[in-house]
Amino acid sequence: MRRTFAPWTDPDAKPLIRFENVTKRFGDAMAVDHLSLDIFQGEFFCLLGPSGCGKTTLMRMLAGFEMPTEGRITLAGQDLSGVPPYRRPVNMMFQSYALFPHMSVEKNIAFGLKQDGMPKAEIADRVGEMLRLVQLEKLAKRYPSQLSGGQRQRVALARALAKKPKVLLLDEPLGALDKKLREETQFELMDIQHELGMTFVVVTHDQEEAMTMADRIAVMDHGRIVQVADPGEIYEQPKTRFIAEFVGDVNILEGHVMGQESGLWRVKTASAEVPLTIDDPDEVLHSGQAVAIAVRPEKMTIQREKPGPEAVNVLTGEVWDIGYLGDWTVYRVRLATGEILRVTRANVSRFVESPIDWDEQVYITFAPGAAVILAE
Amino acid sequence: MKEHSLTKRLSSALVPAVPYLWLGVFFLVPFLIVLKISLSDTAVAQPPYRPVFEWSDIAAFFSGLDLENFALLAEDDLYLRATLSSVRIAAISTVLLLLVGFPIAYGMARAPERHRSLLVALVILPFWTSFLIRIYAWIAILKPEGLLTQALMGLGLTSDPIEILNTEWAVYIGIVYAYLPFMVLPLYATLEKMDDTLLEAALDLGSTPWRSFWTITVPLAMPGIIAGSLLCFIPAVGEFVIPDLLGGSETLMIGRQLWSEFFSNRDWPLASAVAILLLIILVIPIVIYRDVEARRVETRP
Repeated sequence: MRRTFAPWTDPDAKPLIRFENVTKRFGDAMAVDHLSLDIFQGEFFCLLGPSGCGKTTLMRMLAGFEMPTEGRITLAGQDLSGVPPYRRPVNMMFQSYALFPHMSVEKNIAFGLKQDGMPKAEIADRVGEMLRLVQLEKLAKRYPSQLSGGQRQRVALARALAKKPKVLLLDEPLGALDKKLREETQFELMDIQHELGMTFVVVTHDQEEAMTMADRIAVMDHGRIVQVADPGEIYEQPKTRFIAEFVGDVNILEGHVMGQESGLWRVKTASAEVPLTIDDPDEVLHSGQAVAIAVRPEKMTIQREKPGPEAVNVLTGEVWDIGYLGDWTVYRVRLATGEILRVTRANVSRFVESPIDWDEQVYITFAPGAAVILAE
Repeated sequence: MKEHSLTKRLSSALVPAVPYLWLGVFFLVPFLIVLKISLSDTAVAQPPYRPVFEWSDIAAFFSGLDLENFALLAEDDLYLRATLSSVRIAAISTVLLLLVGFPIAYGMARAPERHRSLLVALVILPFWTSFLIRIYAWIAILKPEGLLTQALMGLGLTSDPIEILNTEWAVYIGIVYAYLPFMVLPLYATLEKMDDTLLEAALDLGSTPWRSFWTITVPLAMPGIIAGSLLCFIPAVGEFVIPDLLGGSETLMIGRQLWSEFFSNRDWPLASAVAILLLIILVIPIVIYRDVEARRVETRP
């Protein structure tokens, strides 16, 4: 059952972490640009963006390894400026894991607890608890060099969790794992986060990772946050063309607004003979405005037969490429304008009589509600 | 094809033999000669010892060898005192070298990457002038009317000339100065390889910078610390030039003892016995180090 958890919609909720107009410059380069952001207690929050977008700098400022050039960061109401990393109730799981090579697994996990002067018996208990949590009880005496990549990742996680920090920061936590393991670990991370009720802030460039795990995603570009929303909204209601293209696959058709007819936008494009009909009532547009229409590949249908006269949004082209992925088949269709559209179709049946083939003339259609209009 | 594989096999057998050949010719054979001389008796002759090896009378040659010289080393406590004093001076020097060398190596490893090779070159730079000249230069600095006294008097820190030349302090200064590159380079090599995120991880887990230094940096730099310490300690124990030029007549070191037996007393057999003793003293720490290292590798492959 999905928990209903959305403190960001509650105007009275107090954020746990608050970035207030934070800027970070390295020399002339602007890594983070006047950024404000609230993260709430218990959230699984993802910072998503291409490399160099400032997401890692943002996280390092939260950990205390970098200080903001301007603005301030508060944690549970406390101003963090001037607080060194070793006094922050925040722990980090590093991308490289940064396990201490001269310490065994249990010594690594106990390291942070020892710094707090916790009694020995209590440390042993906590280390045991953490080892159970990440299922590494049998490897307690091993050294990091004797572990596999997945095991090291778990040790790093256990070490960062051991102090029960208010916030756990995870820098590309699954980046070094292979695909199968990554998927399993994603769900494990979610379970652990749920179980401990801790706030997780994850930095990633992998949109799939962000979509699966996060309660909310902040998409970053050039040191700014371009959209903060839950995964569904990011995918279905991207605010800009950058987000639409960065998160998932998308087909972009460029055109001009003709006007509104019974609540639906009519857009003239070079790609289709008849103007397209788009259902995106929230957009405020004016006639003649240049826009981009974004349609996800799975929301388009491909067929050989000419659609009936009642059909809207019909594009014609020829099959340029076919990629069979098992669960999906990807068609790359070339329109008369030279644009290439990507259309996917779920392989619901094992056998298809006379499947669509290379170079065939095909029709692509999509519903008015399948597309999003992005102002250029 | 066959010849090819033959030369290949020959070369693959010969290549590992090269270091053994080198050690055999330039270490093992001279060592055996010195060992033999140490078992001989001194004589007023050319060469100044008996018996001299002759193929015709091997039995008489072997019967002429004995342990008299080693017995003398054990009887006269001068040699024991000289040995202990050498080990003490070398040990203190090594600690001083670590204290001076570690910050230098750490600073170099932390310097921007483009400056590092220049810094390494600067550390080696003193080798480009003669060792002897550099030690003589220290006499000019440390002597009572020397540069150090002048500088301190100029600053008003002292009114009397300071007595530092011909004391053990001068020997420490000389050894630290001369051996510093041998300490800095191995330390730099291990510190430079160290992953900075390990320190960040330690800070993140609540360890202050000072504690992180002792719990992370120092243990991980241990191979460099041991290598640098051995590279300095071993030659420092047998050091002759620095105590002779800077240490005055009071400073007792086994290297000087060896020199005086050899050149002043012309007692080659006794000098050789001292040399063998010195060798044994120096082999011990290396064996211990190898043992420790082997155990470390065993527990952590």
